[in-house]
Amino acid sequence: MWLCSPLIHSYSSTSLSSRHRPNRHNPPPSPPPHPLTPPPRSSFSVKVACLIDLSSNLEVHCIERKTSFFFIHCDGSLTSGLNLSNSRSARLSTNAVATKQDNVTASTASKPGHELLLFEALREGLEEEMERDPRVCVMGEDVGHYGGSYKVTKGLAPKYGDLRVLDTPIAENSFTGMAIGAAMTGLRPIVEGMNMGFLLLAFNQISNNCGMLHYTSGGQFKIPIVIRGPGGVGRQLGAEHSQRLESYFQSIPGIQMVACSTPYNAKGLMKAAIRSDNPVILFEHVLLYNLKERIPDEEYVLNLEEAEMVRPGEHVTILTYSRMRYHVMQAAKTLVNKGYDPEVIDIRSLKPFDLYTIGNSVKKTHRVVIVEECMRTGGIGASLTASINENFHDYLDAPIVCLSSQDVPTPYAGTLEEWTVVQPAQIVAAVEQLCR
Amino acid sequence: MAQLTRRSVNLLKPFSASVFATRHLTTSDTTPITVETSLPFTGHKIEPPSRSVETTPKELLSFFRDMALMRRMEIAADSLYKAKLIRGFCHLYDGQEAVSVGMEAAITKKDCIITAYRDHCIFLGQGQWVLRGHGIVGAQVPLGCGLAFAQKYSKDENVTFAMYGDGAANQGQLFEALNMSALWDLPAILVCENNHYGMGTAEWRAAKSPAYYKRGDYAPGLKVDGMDALAVKQACKFAKEHALKNGPIILEMDTYRYHGHSMSDPGSTYRTRDEISGIRQERDPIERIKKLILSHDLATEKELKDYEKEVRKEVDEAIAKAKECALPDSSELFTNVYKKGFGVEILQSLGSDQSEPSDTQINNRELVVQNALSERSTPIDLAGGGSLARHQHVLPTATHRQQSCHVNRHQCPNNSRH
Repeated sequence: MWLCSPLIHSYSSTSLSSRHRPNRHNPPPSPPPHPLTPPPRSSFSVKVACLIDLSSNLEVHCIERKTSFFFIHCDGSLTSGLNLSNSRSARLSTNAVATKQDNVTASTASKPGHELLLFEALREGLEEEMERDPRVCVMGEDVGHYGGSYKVTKGLAPKYGDLRVLDTPIAENSFTGMAIGAAMTGLRPIVEGMNMGFLLLAFNQISNNCGMLHYTSGGQFKIPIVIRGPGGVGRQLGAEHSQRLESYFQSIPGIQMVACSTPYNAKGLMKAAIRSDNPVILFEHVLLYNLKERIPDEEYVLNLEEAEMVRPGEHVTILTYSRMRYHVMQAAKTLVNKGYDPEVIDIRSLKPFDLYTIGNSVKKTHRVVIVEECMRTGGIGASLTASINENFHDYLDAPIVCLSSQDVPTPYAGTLEEWTVVQPAQIVAAVEQLCR
Repeated sequence: MAQLTRRSVNLLKPFSASVFATRHLTTSDTTPITVETSLPFTGHKIEPPSRSVETTPKELLSFFRDMALMRRMEIAADSLYKAKLIRGFCHLYDGQEAVSVGMEAAITKKDCIITAYRDHCIFLGQGQWVLRGHGIVGAQVPLGCGLAFAQKYSKDENVTFAMYGDGAANQGQLFEALNMSALWDLPAILVCENNHYGMGTAEWRAAKSPAYYKRGDYAPGLKVDGMDALAVKQACKFAKEHALKNGPIILEMDTYRYHGHSMSDPGSTYRTRDEISGIRQERDPIERIKKLILSHDLATEKELKDYEKEVRKEVDEAIAKAKECALPDSSELFTNVYKKGFGVEILQSLGSDQSEPSDTQINNRELVVQNALSERSTPIDLAGGGSLARHQHVLPTATHRQQSCHVNRHQCPNNSRH
């Protein structure tokens, strides 16, 4: 039985006439299927919008892996360096487990890197930051001696001690509040929610104290805290352990939210989040911890507010994040075989949205599909739809299609759980309908 | 002496009618036996009950039967999880069976029990008021106090046992709930199943004061040997009497779990295997009851062993039945998200109920609604679904509804109505 229709938010079969734009071209009749090849290297200028605390002595390096380097110095000056020889070809993650990358023979300056799993990448980022800055500490349930329920903090407690990697009692409201208090006076804590759903107990602390204290104190206190943990729909974990908190937290003013989806961006975002002077919520996904990828040996930090171009294309922009990225890439494979050329962007930054990258894409393709794991009501997709409509309405040829999870508590039964979440076949159908 | 009796088994509710077993080991012998509990009770701001517990052969054999079944069921769940037939998280109760059977023996079917996720065995023993499956640690305790509040409100002389673990004992909401219960003398009994580990964290690393029975401060508490079913029974009886007269009391059951926190936790990184096997040898609840049965000549060793074999068969049959059951159909996706009768427009626009109400039902409902809205009178209950007068929106007329549904057709799960 096909339950696709409820997921398609709004769609009319007649496309809006183009008013201000040159000719649109419709998708060509299906050419012979072609393999997914990496697109030609584009010099991709990156808009950097790092929030810099001019009073700190931190030098923030935002090393974009594709083409551009920007160095932002503590006095606010910007130097950019294009270093093409260090760039790597754009990678396409076409399945949930990224396969080993063929070494790019053209780049002589880049080292081959090392392979690891996503939770190890998080740990590496965390460890590098703890090494670098003694004020960075971790607190959460079973993060110390146990090593973390998903092994992200394994080995850190023996190395840094019980106070820096603190095993808390089961008291989320209080230890989150404690972390915020510590952050107010100079520490840089990282709070781990064993499951994002547990952080609902700390909602007041996150909303009122974490998000608003910088404002309500007139700028006197900054809260450089990172709140992280696994969320999302897992494998039959039940309703209470399959929550998507990004939709609940997105309205809180004063916080930033990012979602990682690959080992590469997990490490980069972790480091960026720790270095940021604003409170950052880093959303990880329960099912992505064992993804394997080769990441650079050299240090890198990603931009918190930037989206990631996963697959450039021409026909339709597919915006996604976290685990849905892999469902989208699976659908993209099918779509490419059918002759479509989807552009896939992993938005990564859930608050604020990278409207620069998204906007450029919309201006190019004029059609948008959002694929998210949040529920349809009040999710990230709902906000993104509103945002794109407000800002890029003139560039859209058709209403935005938002594919989200059903508004139901996640069932334990495997078959029902599959039905709540967007599946690749539904993405393919939505794109086909949109591009008709 | 043990007798041959055929008895139908209410094993797991869905299979109640179909699982039969020849049950040995029952007796109707109710000659009282007095047994001393293994350890004395320790009281906090209360005089503890006596160590001498009255029991009967019938009761002791039933303890053994139930605990053997629980143990077997948990071991079976272990294998089923490893075979990926049980998914998600699976928290096992083996080692803690005495708490469940002792509690059951002390209370009536009208008393409520609420517990968290280590709950498979509580369900096996109890009557209709068992609320279980709470995944968020500690969140069930305020709920439990709410149950007690309703009991006090309806003056029905029943109590609520709100169960939680040593990990949850550090949750703030517990103290909030306890304060309110004590303030209003609610018949709430807070039962801390202290198995000494909150997942990987030992109690001494999580709690400044691991004397959980004292943590209520102003509320009295009792520390009980949770591996002794008779001690648990005595304590629960005592607590029930107290709660009905004087308000909340905390029971700390000193117990132990043999498995890890869940099936994803090996259970050996934060405690030694010696500790686990030591407790199994010295304090196992089933062994204790077995010794009592044998020492009082209520059954022979062979009979007990045979019984355990039967239990194994029974559980296997139940598993076979479960494997045969069909998975829920996708049409069940929206079942029970809302109570029916919440509002026709809401139902259809959210697609929250696949089974469309009949036209008559809708017409009737509309009529009632229109009447209610025009009268602006007291709330009405539509098919038990709650009052509509609370809702601000006006239910559309028939044609309007069809139009609004037409616009939302992609959200309607069943297009055939239009």
